[in-house]
Amino acid sequence: MKNLTQILARMGGVNLLPVAVAAVAFVLIGVPSSWVTLTVAGLAMGMMIFLMASGLSLVFGLMDVLNFGHSAFVSLGAFVAASVLTWLAGWLGADSIFLNVMALFLALTAALIVGLAGGWFFETVIIRPVYKDHLRQILITMGALIVAEQLILAVWGGTPMAVPRPQFLESAIILGDVSIEIYRIFAFLLGLAVYVALYLTLNRTRIGLLIRAGVENREMVEALGFRIDRLFIGVFMLGSALATLGGAMWAGYETLISPSLGAEMMIVVFIVVIIGGLGSIEGTLLGAIMVGLVGNYVGFLMPKMALASNMILMMAILMWRPSGLRPAVK
Amino acid sequence: MTLLTLNAMQTNIEQYAVLHDVTLTVPEGGVFVLLGRNGAGKTTTLRSIMGLWRPSPGSVTFRGEDISALHTAEVARKGIAYVPENMGVFGGLTIEENLILATKTGKFDTARLNRIYGLFPALKTFWGKQAWSLSGGQKQMLAVARAIIEPRDLILIDEPTKGLAPSIIDAMADAFREISETTTILLVEQNFHFAKSLGRDMAVIDDGRIAHTGSMADFAADKALQDQLLSLSA
Repeated sequence: MKNLTQILARMGGVNLLPVAVAAVAFVLIGVPSSWVTLTVAGLAMGMMIFLMASGLSLVFGLMDVLNFGHSAFVSLGAFVAASVLTWLAGWLGADSIFLNVMALFLALTAALIVGLAGGWFFETVIIRPVYKDHLRQILITMGALIVAEQLILAVWGGTPMAVPRPQFLESAIILGDVSIEIYRIFAFLLGLAVYVALYLTLNRTRIGLLIRAGVENREMVEALGFRIDRLFIGVFMLGSALATLGGAMWAGYETLISPSLGAEMMIVVFIVVIIGGLGSIEGTLLGAIMVGLVGNYVGFLMPKMALASNMILMMAILMWRPSGLRPAVK
Repeated sequence: MTLLTLNAMQTNIEQYAVLHDVTLTVPEGGVFVLLGRNGAGKTTTLRSIMGLWRPSPGSVTFRGEDISALHTAEVARKGIAYVPENMGVFGGLTIEENLILATKTGKFDTARLNRIYGLFPALKTFWGKQAWSLSGGQKQMLAVARAIIEPRDLILIDEPTKGLAPSIIDAMADAFREISETTTILLVEQNFHFAKSLGRDMAVIDDGRIAHTGSMADFAADKALQDQLLSLSA
């Protein structure tokens, strides 16, 4: 048994879980084309959830802040991007790929800027007074989430908003019986690019070293001469910007959004962070992919269990690994 | 010459007053030992100097400058390093990364690094290993190395021998002797024999108050005082 554990650890350990889940699903689904479609959809969904969840994981890991308002940024990103895309509808429908890409680029950039500015405001005004007090953090950030939803309702109205997509992302790639939406490939690649950028920042730069050290022992980082509170503002802004980016991508995926989008995603985002292990970007990616894949497979095999599948997954993983799949070392 | 002065320092943790009117002068050079029973206030004294707990009222003066209102990071930048009781090494980081973090520029001074290799050869051997995989003694070596990777004026070290094997304790004592030739050490310790072998000056803290100050040689010779203040024979 010990040998088997060692062999599995050498092959990748918990990183192999999505592969194992996909293999089991392949057997249960039985139709390769359906399996490929569901797997691609699950990976794309996982990457979008990763965008939304990675900032929350870092913020919790680094500063021990329970930010239930994080999902307000998901909603905000979705609506800002949708508004820019609607405003640039002429570019979206154009035959020019350049105009298509520019419209998408501007929409995502607008979402990122709103996330950065909103993150700075949120940390400074709402989070800072309640450090080290989890109860007040939950109350005030839940309150902020409700206020943000109402503000979105006031600005964009209560009617679900249609999200136009660039022409070049509307089509699909056909491979035999398999049809893969280009938008899903784009979402997957964008999520992967963000993960690689985050990974390199955390593992190859001094600021990343500080963040990793701060997640483990904030006090000691300060005793080495670094103002971790200033670092935290940067991390909070980055986390909020990633959430707005995730929200913007999710808006394009859903194509119809309502102000409650963030609150609906909140549970999934928290499940991913808990499954992955608090404060760990690698864990968050693993958790997000697991949630994306399991949600799609179960939705196909047992549609009535789709909603419960994430919760069951979380319970199973926590019974096996109480600190999550790849927690940051504490 | 005086390096550090604690003036009528009182530190409260929540509603409890842990330190009462602590006044202490640490001279520059050598090892100054702060002794005391469990819960006497030794760790709180070090944490108050670092700004991790805020003394009020009272003050901490370092090289003549009042540092009691400074943020911990600013205290560290004044040239004070801290090795806490739990060592505070970053387990997810390698030995190299732990040390890089303690440098000002992110680059090592080769002479200092070689000095560390000389003091603690194990750190060179396990250079690329994550700190969580090190033994207790090796973690303590890393914690001390982190404190001396840059020039410092004062190193605060909290119970470095706790849980270590005798051979490691001997190595640690040799290292502290060498470090104290260039840097002042304020050492909190319960292992009296270890403290006695290193200390030049000393103080005893009891129930949050300084109960005795003087030379280590005199204190080591006075068994009755040791029994009274440290209950060594109990």
